[in-house]
Amino acid sequence: MTAINTSSPSPDTSSVTGNDIATLERGLHASGGSADRAFKSTAYLAGGLVLLVLGLVTYTMVNRSTDAWSHMGLDFFTSRTWNPPEQVYGILSYIFGTVYTACIALVISVPLSLGIALFITQVAPRWLQRTMTYVIDLLAVVPSVVFGLWGVLVLSVHIKGFYTWMSSTFDGVPVLGSVFGPNPQGRSFFTAGIILAVMITPIIVSLSREVIQTTPQNEKEAALALGATRWEMIRGAVLPHSKGGLVGAVMLGLGRAMGETIAVALVIGSATGRIGLNVFAGGNSMPAVITAEWGEADVLKKSALIAMAVTLFVMTILVNVIATTVVNRSMKKTRGI
Amino acid sequence: MSTTLNRVGAEQLALDLRTKRSWRSTKSQLMVALMFLAFIVILIPLIAVIGTVVSKGAGIVFRDFPAWFTKGIPGRTRVVGPGMGPAIIGTLVITGAASLLAIPLGILGAVYLHEYGRQSKPAQVVRFLSNVMTGVPSIVMGLFVYVIFTLRFGLSGVGGSLALACLMLPVVIRSTEEMLRLVPDHLREASYALGTRKGRTVLTIVLPSALPGVVSGCLLAVARAAGETAPLLFTIGLITKKANLNIFSGANTTLSAQIFRNAGEVLPGPQERGWGAAFTLVAIAFLFTIIARLVTSAYQKRR
Repeated sequence: MTAINTSSPSPDTSSVTGNDIATLERGLHASGGSADRAFKSTAYLAGGLVLLVLGLVTYTMVNRSTDAWSHMGLDFFTSRTWNPPEQVYGILSYIFGTVYTACIALVISVPLSLGIALFITQVAPRWLQRTMTYVIDLLAVVPSVVFGLWGVLVLSVHIKGFYTWMSSTFDGVPVLGSVFGPNPQGRSFFTAGIILAVMITPIIVSLSREVIQTTPQNEKEAALALGATRWEMIRGAVLPHSKGGLVGAVMLGLGRAMGETIAVALVIGSATGRIGLNVFAGGNSMPAVITAEWGEADVLKKSALIAMAVTLFVMTILVNVIATTVVNRSMKKTRGI
Repeated sequence: MSTTLNRVGAEQLALDLRTKRSWRSTKSQLMVALMFLAFIVILIPLIAVIGTVVSKGAGIVFRDFPAWFTKGIPGRTRVVGPGMGPAIIGTLVITGAASLLAIPLGILGAVYLHEYGRQSKPAQVVRFLSNVMTGVPSIVMGLFVYVIFTLRFGLSGVGGSLALACLMLPVVIRSTEEMLRLVPDHLREASYALGTRKGRTVLTIVLPSALPGVVSGCLLAVARAAGETAPLLFTIGLITKKANLNIFSGANTTLSAQIFRNAGEVLPGPQERGWGAAFTLVAIAFLFTIIARLVTSAYQKRR
């Protein structure tokens, strides 16, 4: 991705300029003035800051959590018993809660986000495109704690009736009967999933839009010229072309959903040790537990909570690294660089 | 007579070529309708959230007008009535300090990436990691600052600012680099041709011509940071309700922290204050976003 300028006379020269300017600068600035060198090293330091912060996060957090690791061993991950008075810290149920709520959020959000992104890029006229983008971006601006407040005081109160209805409708149906299980609660995995879905939709939409827009115009026109309807054009030209990037966009949404704290902490129901398919049951997620139990934690418990944060950090980083790689690769492929 | 006949013939021919109302075109329209439906579905929570925040929060904010902004938060929770001054000040000061840290460093980082590092290996690593850093959960950043800062210096506003700055940094780097990429190379070449050194070229030519985009990216980052709650739990504390203008020592409070506290209350007084704080916070965040949009559109018009 060289710096391709739009206003240069022809695309041929502009693609060369990117290399030229680097060569030019190397020749010109071999010996810079002292102010110039000072500026350059400041910029380098600022760039290095990213490495420094990420490195420090990893080092200090792992360092602080060693007490918990050595106290619990592998049980830390495999036990679902979280009993601070007895100094037993097993986070399996919290890992489950984190992943399960994020998955519920994806199930709700992915079809919506893809639909919206396709509508904005392929169907809507220009004025509507801009309006819809603004509206979706507004969702991203609402702070998560406000979603949490709404979720706990409004949504979780009013949605219980719907849960009860779902639960009795699917009672006895093989798989759905246990997913939409008995004893629905207002504050539950599903409420957390809904709130998360609303929060990650703008992220997935904006990334998907970028990816979809890289579909070459001539491929879309070719599909239309062959007599394809708009939907057939989308299925035949747009989706195959942007598949990789869309997967990446969804994964970035997943990473965001797993790390979301405050909104989930307020609506997930704070039940310990719960692992089960029932989406209407209360549970807990790693960030929510850290938030709720930090205040009165002693040294070992703080260490356990930090160890939980390390687990969360590693999980989100993994998801993000994979997602970023997938997006980068698909962007590179489509831009032909 | 013959011309009308011809026209009729042509129309029939055209009609024959197109299949009328085939399943395929119905399906296509159905899918488009579903896509639009997706947009309507996502509007429901947006309107519901903003509607509730306005209807439940605006009342307490504008009742006996300046009281909400000037009075302290009632010490006894069950008291009904306004007062959110300390939290508003806290939000502004802590977010402001975070911006002072993150925006210059982020812009410099982007300058490194696009003006110095370009496609070199280290620059690619930094670019990749900064993208990854965007996804680090805010609560992890909060705990990180707790470990390296708060453990040593105690609860303070600066701790919160540090955590917010860590969250803002990659966002600022990313949006600024996008904007630097739009600055055409011939501007840089013209500057070099006049004998200007690189640092000066960046400061006087490249950054000013990318400024509107950079400003709008930074404003969006500030709007997001102002709403963060999780990293503040560990760094400024959640207990205090008192104003603390000294961000270098002592616990502090923000709008987001107050919303979080009051969300767990059952009494009408604190709940109403929670909604009022939410209204104020959403208003601040929207204000920054609107300014960012205006800056962008003014810039696009000028071009």
